[in-house]
Amino acid sequence: MKVIVDQVKCVGGGQCVIAAEEVFEQRDEDGIVVLLDPTPPPELHDAVREAVMLCPAAAIWVEDRA
Amino acid sequence: MSIPDDVLVAGASVGGLTVAEALRRKGYTGRIRIVGEEPHLPYDRPPLSKEVLTGTWPVDRIYLRGQDRLAELGVDWVLGVRAERLDPHARTVKTDDGRVLPYGALVIATGLVPRRLPGQPNLAGVHTLRSLDDTLNLKRELQDAHRVVVVGAGVLGCEIAAAARTLGKAVTLVDPESTPMARQLGVELGRHVAAMHEAHGVRLHTGTTVTRLLGTDGRISAIALPGNQIVEADVVVLAAGSIPATRWLDGSGLDLDDGVGCDASLRAAPDVYAVGDVARWPAPWTDTALRLETRTNATEQALVVADNILGADRLYRPIPYFWSDQYDTKIQVHGVITPHARTRVVEGDPREGRFLALAEDGGVVTAAIGWNNPRGVRTARRLLGHETNLITTTD
Repeated sequence: MKVIVDQVKCVGGGQCVIAAEEVFEQRDEDGIVVLLDPTPPPELHDAVREAVMLCPAAAIWVEDRA
Repeated sequence: MSIPDDVLVAGASVGGLTVAEALRRKGYTGRIRIVGEEPHLPYDRPPLSKEVLTGTWPVDRIYLRGQDRLAELGVDWVLGVRAERLDPHARTVKTDDGRVLPYGALVIATGLVPRRLPGQPNLAGVHTLRSLDDTLNLKRELQDAHRVVVVGAGVLGCEIAAAARTLGKAVTLVDPESTPMARQLGVELGRHVAAMHEAHGVRLHTGTTVTRLLGTDGRISAIALPGNQIVEADVVVLAAGSIPATRWLDGSGLDLDDGVGCDASLRAAPDVYAVGDVARWPAPWTDTALRLETRTNATEQALVVADNILGADRLYRPIPYFWSDQYDTKIQVHGVITPHARTRVVEGDPREGRFLALAEDGGVVTAAIGWNNPRGVRTARRLLGHETNLITTTD
């Protein structure tokens, strides 16, 4: 799994951090998403997919590779 | 309970899209059909009153998913078509182009219709903002406008006022409450919203209501306030609330007293669910059923409904969240600011434009409010009291 974030669309809600804090963090000054782990291990994939759906700006998506 | 062969969704915005995505993610292989009144593929509404209105974003940035991802979903899109009648016994939805669509499970996600001012003439230059097309119409008319009046200072009205000021317009903001965003934040924090708009040159008329829209040759020219006060206007935007889009459900037998009445699992009738702005459900922190008109509510309800369509019986117990971006300020609220809550600043300083406030009711923290403090307000979620039943959705 490869995680991609769009910092222009991000609205700094932090829903991604709540869903998967191992993968996402927020910048202190404006709350914009920081990607900690662009290729998270399988045990975090469900949490990342949850973050994709919870993001209130549709600013996260994943690419699956076989 | 058996899993339905097919799912019909009425409403092609984020709630409807998320139901479809969540169903597929859980392995659902049945047919999913989404009917949407607007001709557009699903797009996000929050940027409309901000980046789209000011023109800082190209319009295509608001689409929720790219064409390729939508294709992977395997959804039949029925767009530019309005759901017109529900027959829950025959399990069909009739559309305005004469189709009769059967369903195994139905999700009602038809959202809201902006409220107009009752008894007022139909004048050119009077706008509401709900859809992309509404926004582009307003944006076009703002180009030649000098004086803009925004009626209603909730989240939407405040954002429109901020956008119009950013575009250099002379802006007047009118609201019956004593401060802007009083209904969302309470009066104490609403005073900071008032100060922000005044610092940006917005003229505020609070504690008052528009009595008349005045026109010349069929076009808006001014609004009237009580006491013969007249405010001239080239464009008026009505942002004084919305009505749930449920007229198409008249005669269906559903409870339609302010939205679609649902149980705690978001079921409105056997195999009929509602999500998003239109759904009223018994919120755990109060005795009354209510609706939440927020972006994250639509998504989180959609996740619960998808699970329930697949045979779960999940209750919807959210920690509500909303945000608003106005000028360079981001206001974020986790939790519920109850009617009797008092708010106090616990970190930072409103005069410096960055703080964290807590709403407390009966000794319990019911909400955390951030003002240009996104990380601070997110971490303050842990302070929310369990006594208010504001427990997490990942139950």
